[in-house]
Amino acid sequence: MTGTAPLHPWRGFTGDAWRDTIDVAAFVRDNHEPYTGDASFLTGPTCRTLEVWGTLRAMFVQERQRGVYDIDAATPSTITAHAPGYIDRERELIVGLQTDAPLRRAIMPAGGLRMVETALKAYGYPADPQVHRIFTTYRRTHNDAVFDAYPSDVLAARRSHVITGLPDAYGRGRIIGDYRRVALYGVDRLVAERKALKAALDDRPSTDEVIRDREELAEQIRALGELAQMAAGYGYDISGPATTGREAIQWLYFAYLAATKEQNGAAMSLGRTAGFVDVYLRRDLAEGRLTEIDAQELVDDFVIKLRIVRFLRTPEYDQLFSGDPTWVTEALGGMGADGRPLVTRTSFRYLQTLYNLGPAPEPNLTVLWSPRLPVGFKRFCAQVSLDTSAIQYENDDLIRPAYDDDTAIACCVSAMRVGRDMQFFGARANLAKALLYAINGGRDEISGEQIAPATAPVGGETLDYAEVLAAYERTLDWLAETYVDALNVIHHQHDRYAYERLEMALHDHPVRRFMATGIAGLSVAVDSLAAIRYGRVKVLRDDTGLAIDYVVEGEPPTYGNNDERADAIAVWLTETFAAKLRRQRTYRDAELTMSVLTITSNVVYGKHTGNTPDGRRAGEPFAPGANPMNGRDTHGLVAAALSVAKLPYDAARDGISLTSTVTPDGLGHTRDERIDNLAGVLDGYTDAGGFHLNVNVLDRATLVDAMAHPERYPQLTVRVSGYAVNFVRLTREQQEDVVSRTFHGSL
Amino acid sequence: MNVRPRDAVATATGRGDGVPTTGAVHSWDVSVGVDGPGTRFVAFLAGCPLRCRYCHSPDTWYRRSGRHRTVDELMAEIEPYRRFIAVAGGGVTISGGEPLMQPRFTGEVLRRCHDLGLHTALDTSGFLGVRADDALLDATDLVLLDVKSWDPATYRRVTRTGSVTPTLRFGRRLADRGTPIWVRFVLVPGLTDAEENVAGVADFAAGLATVQRVEVLPFHRLGAHKYAELGLTFPLARTEPPTPELVARVRGQFAERGLTVT
Repeated sequence: MTGTAPLHPWRGFTGDAWRDTIDVAAFVRDNHEPYTGDASFLTGPTCRTLEVWGTLRAMFVQERQRGVYDIDAATPSTITAHAPGYIDRERELIVGLQTDAPLRRAIMPAGGLRMVETALKAYGYPADPQVHRIFTTYRRTHNDAVFDAYPSDVLAARRSHVITGLPDAYGRGRIIGDYRRVALYGVDRLVAERKALKAALDDRPSTDEVIRDREELAEQIRALGELAQMAAGYGYDISGPATTGREAIQWLYFAYLAATKEQNGAAMSLGRTAGFVDVYLRRDLAEGRLTEIDAQELVDDFVIKLRIVRFLRTPEYDQLFSGDPTWVTEALGGMGADGRPLVTRTSFRYLQTLYNLGPAPEPNLTVLWSPRLPVGFKRFCAQVSLDTSAIQYENDDLIRPAYDDDTAIACCVSAMRVGRDMQFFGARANLAKALLYAINGGRDEISGEQIAPATAPVGGETLDYAEVLAAYERTLDWLAETYVDALNVIHHQHDRYAYERLEMALHDHPVRRFMATGIAGLSVAVDSLAAIRYGRVKVLRDDTGLAIDYVVEGEPPTYGNNDERADAIAVWLTETFAAKLRRQRTYRDAELTMSVLTITSNVVYGKHTGNTPDGRRAGEPFAPGANPMNGRDTHGLVAAALSVAKLPYDAARDGISLTSTVTPDGLGHTRDERIDNLAGVLDGYTDAGGFHLNVNVLDRATLVDAMAHPERYPQLTVRVSGYAVNFVRLTREQQEDVVSRTFHGSL
Repeated sequence: MNVRPRDAVATATGRGDGVPTTGAVHSWDVSVGVDGPGTRFVAFLAGCPLRCRYCHSPDTWYRRSGRHRTVDELMAEIEPYRRFIAVAGGGVTISGGEPLMQPRFTGEVLRRCHDLGLHTALDTSGFLGVRADDALLDATDLVLLDVKSWDPATYRRVTRTGSVTPTLRFGRRLADRGTPIWVRFVLVPGLTDAEENVAGVADFAAGLATVQRVEVLPFHRLGAHKYAELGLTFPLARTEPPTPELVARVRGQFAERGLTVT
């Protein structure tokens, strides 16, 4: 412990609702103080910060060269498996590493042993024989369990890539524990709450559901105990609440760290912590315990830790997702239900880390935007985008009414109330390929294999819109059923074999669950349908009758130009598929949601999809997320954004992603103008109902130069699809995809 | 944004004889911060009397390269962006080509936009400024005045046809009636960069009370592909963009006269 004088942890805090029940949202509401000024109060990095960060930067070079810095191949990770680790023990302000050394990756075989062993082999580490024996002889993995239970049509759909990216070989992620609870209440209080919840189940008959709940609560209680034990290893007693800002960050970080020791989740998001931390930092500043320099230094040190979260994944996985993403997403800003902005000085401090430590993809800083945000904050966000391209924006005016004002983003665009909602992550279905299946009577256009149920192929020399549409609806019915069936298997087995004990200990009980599906290939499918409807599409078939290519005649409209003809098809397809998905029965009665988000798998989806009726060539990447196809949005960024904004959030409550790249000149002549204009565009897009916007402010020449000289751009950050990546860590193919995307500039 | 009913689009006006005014419209775009302040709907009209050597849109030289649109039709294209422009801040810019080749159409569009409360800008060389009547200018909040050069010989060499005199007369008229002006000057090494030539433009701009800023636009070759597509030769294919030093010198020439330069 650092403190010596006994301080009451809740001194000076107001409100009562949060004292008797676990309710961090109420605490933030009662103790929040909006900051409506500008960025002029911010401070730069201290020498200490630069030295700690410098130690890591030297290690990043080796990590980039080798793919990983180091791996502990013999110790399956648990909350307490590894001894305490440090970057620079004397100088760190916030402590704790996933293993006993920085950038040393842990193995988490419970998700899937094959993934672990493939990764070890790829990076030149021998698999540990004892680990192998344990996870093949005594302990089953999530991966084994899923494949035992998959039906054959799911296996076929998976093999043909009409459904891809399923979390069946690794941790599902996208669950955000309310890590703030540990700081506000301490572990003992949380354990007591869980015990009471469990005791309340004693009177209930022992049905499947009740048995599962009791077992899960018991596991959660055990995980909280391990969390306290892990913190004790670092010399901290977190059984009680944090008493200072530094402790609040430390407690909160320990809780997050424990989650990353237990789970290799696809996305391990942080939540909405800045407003919470601000209450403590504000109190410390008022008490004279900290200066602004100290406060910023604490935030910088915390963010350093978030930047070195690492998971062991296979090179193929990293290829699919571009680089080595962890999605440590933090939601900043937004408006309170009471109409006050939830912007604090700490919102600014988090953004300031992009200057103090330089740009980086993680943590995935996400601004919840509303035109009603204070001008000073809006301008600072726009400035940070101009300077770093490292932040993304989501529509607070859509999120708040659909969820609440204590909602965070998991991964890229998935909104959930912190500690109240969780989701079963479900990757995505390929709607462009599904259209080809409809045309080909359920056969795969590349292999010729029958994947969907056999139906009569769409005949004739020229495609008939009504006929194609009817066939497409049938295919989508099958796809929705098969897809949700796969997800039910996955999440049933994940709960059994790789349950997120600690993350779920930091949720309300019972929790609201979402079954989060997704779609890929929207713009390809829409442009194809628009070509069939408004142009003429001739079919070329091989000698088995399989449609393998298309010739488009006329000038059909394309999605992305604010052209109602094409955009109406996009709305129709989004709503139609969402409705079909909602008709499926879901595991644990989860509420079905859908996203229009591809991450960067748009490249891989494209690779596995044949020629499409929009004129796209086989293998060519799809557009990411809800983006228009590259080069087809010819009326500029605003027209493209307005097309995307038409997609209804009600049909895609798991988020709709748009990635835009604009040259600095494409925003105005002077820096001030560019800042104002970008803030204006964000206001306009949000007002129009657009959900998400990745903003890159980049010159193509910079990217081309970075491809040739990666060593000169170690921190060049590019937003791809709901998150950011280090450009130089992308594969060549992905770099080319980013460079080929539409740059909205001026002539 | 959901498509809104086009109720705000008034019925056809025209010449008072019931025949709707039409214009040759090459294309339109929504740009940010480059064609006047903020986010702007920019209509590019077809047809231009000049043939500037550095022109990056030779595809707008001829009226026949545009599509005939009524004022109502163009207003209907603007309508889906009205709300966005209002929230983001911005307006409508009529550009070209040379919009004053079609003064009646341009004037009606400007007036209709102005009546809707949109900020309006006219992007012109001023060569045909005499065709802009007072009603047109009453509906114009800002003129982007492209002063191609000061020196008569240089002006002719740049434009291959024109003379700077009408532009100067138009500029003074705008200043007299209080219309805000952004002067634009395209800087081409070896063509428009002579010190005396720049000094003349700068003196002229400094003498107009309503000039709010000067935009020095460095020459680029991004329009070269359009020449190839049209089967034309790009006269400046071998001209390099200006060096940063040259750009700084020219900006300095404007700035030292007290002008705001971007």
